[in-house]
Formats: sequence, structure tokens, C-alpha cells
Amino acid sequence: MAEPRVIIVGAGPAGVRAAETLVAAGLRPTVVDEGRRDGGQIYRRQPEGFARSSAELYGTEAARAEALHATFDDLRPKIDYRPGHLAWNVADGHLHVVHDGSAEALPFDALIVASGATDRLMPVKGWQHAGVYSLGAAQIALKSQGCAIGRRVVFLGTGPLMQLVAAQYRKAGAQVVALLDTSRLWNQIRALPKLVSRPDVLAKGVGLAASHLLAGTMVRRGVTPVEIFGDADGGVSGVSVRLASGRDLRLACDAVALGYHLRPETQLADLARCDFAFDAATRQFWPVIDEDGRSSVPGIYLAGDGVRTQGADGAEIAGKLAALAVLTDRGRSAPTEQISRLRQQRRAMERFRAGIAEAFPWPHHLAAGLADDTVVCRCEGITAGELRSVVHDKGADEMNRAKALSRVGMGRCQGRYCGHAAAEVVAAATQLSPAVVGRLRGQAPVKPLAIRTRRAAP
Amino acid sequence: MSEPFRTDVIVVGGGIMGAAAAFFLRRRGKSVALIERALIGQQASGTNFGNVRRQGRFLRQLPLANRSRDIWGRLNELIGEDAEFLASGHLRVTYDDEMTARIETYARDALPYGLDLQIIGGNRLRERFPFLGPEVRAGSYAPHDGHANPRLAAPAFGRAARREGASVFERTEIVAVERDAGTFRVEAADGRVFRAEQLMIAAGAWGNRLSEQFGEPVPLVTHGPQMAVTEPIPYALEPVLGVSTTKLEETVYFRQVKRGNIVIGGAARGPASADTQRASVKPENTLLQFTQITRVVPALARLNIIRVWSGVESYLPDDIPIMGPSAKVPGLYYAFGFCGHGFQLGPGVGDVMAELISTGQTTTPIEPFAIARFASAPA
Amino acid sequence: MSPLQPRFVRLAETDRPTVPIVVDGATVEALEGDSLLVAVLTRAGHLRHSEFGPEARAGFCLMAACQDCWMWTHDGDRLRACDTPVRAGLSVLTQPPDMPWPNRA
Repeated sequence: MAEPRVIIVGAGPAGVRAAETLVAAGLRPTVVDEGRRDGGQIYRRQPEGFARSSAELYGTEAARAEALHATFDDLRPKIDYRPGHLAWNVADGHLHVVHDGSAEALPFDALIVASGATDRLMPVKGWQHAGVYSLGAAQIALKSQGCAIGRRVVFLGTGPLMQLVAAQYRKAGAQVVALLDTSRLWNQIRALPKLVSRPDVLAKGVGLAASHLLAGTMVRRGVTPVEIFGDADGGVSGVSVRLASGRDLRLACDAVALGYHLRPETQLADLARCDFAFDAATRQFWPVIDEDGRSSVPGIYLAGDGVRTQGADGAEIAGKLAALAVLTDRGRSAPTEQISRLRQQRRAMERFRAGIAEAFPWPHHLAAGLADDTVVCRCEGITAGELRSVVHDKGADEMNRAKALSRVGMGRCQGRYCGHAAAEVVAAATQLSPAVVGRLRGQAPVKPLAIRTRRAAP
Repeated sequence: MSEPFRTDVIVVGGGIMGAAAAFFLRRRGKSVALIERALIGQQASGTNFGNVRRQGRFLRQLPLANRSRDIWGRLNELIGEDAEFLASGHLRVTYDDEMTARIETYARDALPYGLDLQIIGGNRLRERFPFLGPEVRAGSYAPHDGHANPRLAAPAFGRAARREGASVFERTEIVAVERDAGTFRVEAADGRVFRAEQLMIAAGAWGNRLSEQFGEPVPLVTHGPQMAVTEPIPYALEPVLGVSTTKLEETVYFRQVKRGNIVIGGAARGPASADTQRASVKPENTLLQFTQITRVVPALARLNIIRVWSGVESYLPDDIPIMGPSAKVPGLYYAFGFCGHGFQLGPGVGDVMAELISTGQTTTPIEPFAIARFASAPA
Repeated sequence: MSPLQPRFVRLAETDRPTVPIVVDGATVEALEGDSLLVAVLTRAGHLRHSEFGPEARAGFCLMAACQDCWMWTHDGDRLRACDTPVRAGLSVLTQPPDMPWPNRA
């Protein structure tokens, strides 16, 4: 049997472990990664010439980060590694990549998409001002560039990442004005039965939360974001929220880190025409996968945070399982014992994921309350009022129709950052479930594609 | 079973043809049911390039195109909504003497139809359009042509038709169409029945499935336009640009909208299926477009595309549509198969079809588009 | 905050060689390994202006996903600031160039 051509998209925890598993089985996979260095976002390697230690960069996860980097360094000669390559399209058994203006169509028998996640965002009035960043951005600024996003930073949103990044900022010497969390303590308490599936991670989370209190950082739970103040030239100047008590709180700051946990990057799965299904708990559409990561399309496998937000450890397991699924499906012998052990670990990860989603819920109810002049789509400057008007005046009760008539999600980011919230705005305006309103269909290119791009010489 | 829904006319298919026809039929006092399987203007009408172009068309189609251009010019007052029509001018360029000779001939031939094309060459062309690339030899400039937004036009006609009193049924799949006891009977998948004395088939790529039920099959095939759009950048390309050529891969066209994005199409056709209602853009076609559009305007190489899309369009072997009365069934009318150039014609087709259905004749000649041209020889 | 006031604050890794780049015609010192975004925002408050609103923009995601940080080069090219490493002599603008973009071949 000819050696199957396997391509892995992404060199984060899932991609690296998938590659390792395939190499161990004697294959030479191609690893396509948009980053210049491996590690993905979570274990992002800092540029050459930077001097901080792993412990400084990755904290309690330093050993895992180092292990992943070491694995990848060992794999380098055994794989076809394509750093700085954007996978911009997939069609007819080929992954279309572009690197430095040169395009190639890479044929595959199996494609493992480990494309990672981005922040999940709910708009707030004023979030278009300069100085508002995603939580992920706040972390990248620090981890990859040694910078804080401002002098006085407010963290607004919810999720484990918010707790972590705020702690990292404080440790690095930045001024953390406050953590304003839309979730309530009882969300977290109620999720405990699920969260105990990973006691070590739960303990770290509790420790983080406690560290903010010990440091005297202002932490408010159950807040309702009201507005990010600022002006067109100078950017952010403050934040106001309604506290759980009903009182208004206004804080001065020059930067806001905003985010509501994560959403998977599903464009390639969409372009490969994988089936999606609505997840009622997190109120989003996900690609359908089996327990090993097989999508609905033969030959397409999905792993890591690019399909389910199970975090870095979960991604490592998912990457291995997806690779083992490829081997099984290609008629190679795969260690059944290892597979069943990994599946079992994955179930714990999945239970924990569900717990995190419950503990830090997506605040969908905020969409209905967004003032009409709130920008929903930052790329195109489309407001909640404009979006509602195509619902009420033009009968747009489906997401792609609302996009066509309002331009929401039509900008450079292609709805990555407004798509989920826009669906909630439409759902609230129509009184329909977001399951019925639907999702923005993915369209190529996955990221902007330069018109100077030319086919690589064969 | 509930009572059938009765109107003077049933229009099957809510593309720009059907939606405009429903609007103009109401203007002529006819009661209308407009039935659309999905949403108004979702397929070819909503996914095309958005050309409001007359130059280069089959000459005998120009009277219809002129009538349509007149409607585009007063669309906002007519339907009370803006479809972003911009009479920006339209420039078709050539790369060689042979094609230059052809555009000169076309300009002469189109003159009697009222099309005032300016053939511009050499330095004058570059003075006026300094962004053109070195390969461009000459251009045919149509000052009154332009572009509009296909995402908006057909839905706007649909809403205008509704405001005028048409009954518009979206998400209504039809399962049976027949003529019995002198009237047409249309049955929807959910059991609803529609009846009318007159029936207009404006079902685009699905038109043939209906015409063949009335004994008039046509050799319709489907293709998908290969569209792309750039990021928004300052508005600087005024005319719609296209290439006049006999080579398919050179036939690109693009236009910049006032907001700044540049919409790109052409160079190839992609796969489209009437069965799955899906069409796609082949990645290699996107790359081919890059090569071709930068021949026309080299500075486009500095920009990025952010999205591609396609839709299901229908084509006939002679590259002109089917439009007019059935040759076999009284009261039955067709307007479909617009071969990728129907958007500009849409409002005019609606107007002419409404005239035809209401009065039995048209003041604009449409004989070349008769379905009878595909009638098979008697057995 | 004034538009001229730096937005980002360097907290670590400040001991790197400098690299001169040009922002809106003025030479500024970046550090080797900086992204273009960081190089500009440690010197100024924004990278560009929104096409559809009055406000200045300074990027959003820093991971090449949101596409909010596209800058113009002096020659009319586009650069995504968050994943473009600085190099000596790089010249960028926070506004589109004066000459209309299509007239530059």
C-alpha cells in the first residue's frame, strides 16, 4: 500500500501530537502552519533573541510547553514542515496554501485540521475604539512581545483566560484596574461536579481567582457591560458596567481586554463541507465529529480547539486520536489499547469543557440589550440598529440573509469576531433560536489573500 | 384541503426576473402570487457581478437592455429603495488590433440602437484612465452603463411588489405544476394550492424542469460565476472595467463600489448544480483572475481579496435567454436561462413580461428569445 | 489619550538591538524582534483609521485573525502589522498614500 499523504494544519498542541503519532507509525506528514514558529497560540514561542525563561512565559504550563517544543524539534527532520504557510482553501482533495506570494495545491489522502481558536466576542458600545483588544491579544502582546496593551488595563468578559491573563499582567508589572466578569460565582459553583473531572486544573483556577483577591485587585462578578468610553482620536478612556447590585461602576483606563472564552476556527472544515450542528449549551454551531475527530467528510479530521474548546491538554489528546483515526482508516495497524485509553482521557476533557462552558457562560442575553448605536461588526462599522432594521424592515430572519442585506460579517475578518453576537442579535429580534437563525457560511479565502499571489513554479 | 389561492397570474421563481415581473404586473392591475422556493434573489440574481452593462450585448437584445437601463435610472423613485445603481461608465479594453477592430465595428453597429460608445486609444486612453496596464491597447467606453448591488436589487423588487399588493410566498417549494380546466394549478410541498389563468416561469436554472412539463424542454446547463471581492480601499476606479477578448481566461471584469471594495469576476466558469443548489469557486480560478486583472490594472496586485462566492446560473447553447410566450400552452410565459448576463436586463424583463401578460404583446422586440427555437423537429 | 501618546508599554525584553523604521515620515527606533504593530504602538496611539467610522484603530486580536491592523506602506502596499516583523528601513503610513492607489504601478 502506498504511503498515505497526510497533511496537518496547525503546529499547536493538537497538530504537533498528531504529527508525532504519524511519524511514529512511519509516515512523513506535511505540517502547514501560519505561524513562523511552532507552539500555536498557547505555547507560542517568542521571537529569536528574546530571553525570558519558559517559566516566565508559560507559568505552571512551562513543562508541557517545553515538552511540546522538544517533541517538535525532534520531528523537524521527519516531517515536511511548512511554517508561514496560510491554508486559504480546501477543495477536491487538495489543500491550497500560500507562502510569501506563492500558491500551491497540496494533494492529500487525509487532512487533520488543528486550526485552533480565537476569542469569542460580545460587542459592547464603544468596543471599536483604539485600545480595546481581545483577551488573547492582551496575552500575545505580553507573551510574544513583552508588552502590556496599555498603562491601566481593565479586563472585561468572562472565562478562564481572563483570570489567567490578568494574573500574568499583574505579575509582569502592569496595572490591572479591575476584572469585570459577566459570570457569577454560582455559575462556577454549579459547574463544580463537571469541573472536578480535572482536579489539578480546577485547583489552578481557584488559585488564580484567589491570587487576584490577595493582590487586592478589584474583581466584580455578575456585571453587565454598559459602555467603553473613548474618543475617535485618542481611543479608550474608561469603562462602565452595571454591577450585580444594580449600581453603576465607572472606571478610568486606557486599555480594555475583552473576551468571552473561545470559539473554534472552523473555516477549513466549512470549506471542506463538513456537517455542522448546533450546540445548545454554548449556543454555537460546531463541526460534527466522532470521538476520534472524524468529520462527516471522509478523509477530513478535526482536532484541538479548532473543533472543541478543550484546552491545550485536551488538544494534545485530540491530536493523537485524530492521527490514530487516520492510521486506522488507511488500514494501518493502530494500538487499540492506546486508543481506548485516549478516548477515556478525552471524555474527562470533554466533561471539563462542558463544565467551563457552564461556569463562564456565553452572555447571549446581552445581545438583546445592545443599544442601537452599538457597533456589532467592527470591520464594516455595522450597528445593532442597522442589523435589527434588516430583520424588522426586510424580513431577514436567517444569518446569511441578514449579512447580505446589512453587510454584517462582510468585512476583512469575515465574521470571526461578530458572527456569534450578530446571530444573537438576529435571534433576539426575531424571537427565534440561534439554531434556526443559523450561522454565517464559511467562504474562502480563510484569511485575506494577496492579489499578487501566483502559482508556485512546479 | 383548503381553498386554492387564486390570482390573475402566478409567477414561479423569485429571482430578479420574477420579482420585477410581479412588481410591474401589480402596476398594471393584475393580482399576482410570486412563489419562491427559498428567499427572493438568492441564486443567480443575488450572486452575480452586478453589471449594468449594455455594450457588447447581442445587438438584437439592445432594445430590451435600453428599456431596462431606463428603469435602472429611476429605480429609487419607482420602488422606493436603493439598489446602489451607479451610472459610473463602463470600459471594455482590448489587448490587440483584432479586438480593437471588433469594438470599433460594434460601436458602429450599436449606434442605431442608441448606444453612444466612445472608442479611445493610445495616450488619450491613459490620460483618462491612468491606472491601465501597458498591455491595454484601446477601450470602448459606455458613459451611461454602470453597476448595482445584486444582493439588494431583487429583494428590493420583491418588497416593492409586496407593497404594491402582490402575494409573495418565500420558502415555498412547488411539487406540481399543471394546466387543468383552462387554468394553471400549482401545488406547494406543504399542500397549498395556487390557481391562476396565467403562469410565468422565471425559475432560472430550474426553469427547464417546469417547461418540460409543458412539452417544451430546452438544453439548459448550469455554471457558477467565479466571484471575489477585495478589502475596502479608497474609491478610485470609477468605470466598470472588462476585457474584450475571444480567450475565456482573459475575460475578467471588475468594479469598485463607493464603499471601496472591488468586485471581481470572470476568467472561468465553475461547477454548479441545480440538484444540490450549490455552486463553488475553484481555487485555481481565483488565482487565474489575479493574473488577468493585474494585466488590466497592475496596481490591483497591491490589494487582497477577502471573500469569494458563486451561485447557480443557467446557460443555453446560443448564449441568449428564453423569454416570451409558450409556443404550446396558452397563458404560459417564460423568462429564464439568462446565460450569466441577466442582471442588467432584470427590471426590463419584468416590465416587458408584465406588458406581454397584460396586453398580449410587447412594444420591445423579444422574438429572438422565443422558446420555439429549441422545439425539436416533429417525429 | 493623545494620538501621539504611545499605547503599548514595554515590560520586558527591552535589551534588544534597535532597528530604525519610518512611520508617517518620521524615523523611530523599534527593537529587533518587534512586530510592526508593537513598533508603532510603543510610539503612537493608533495604526490606521476605520474606513467606515470616525475612529482610529490600533489592532484587536494580534493573531492575524481580525484583520484590523492593515497599514499602508509608503509605496502603496498593504501590511498586516501584527504578524509583520520589523526590518530596518520599513516605511509605513497610518493613512492611505496621497496618490490614488491605482495610479502606482
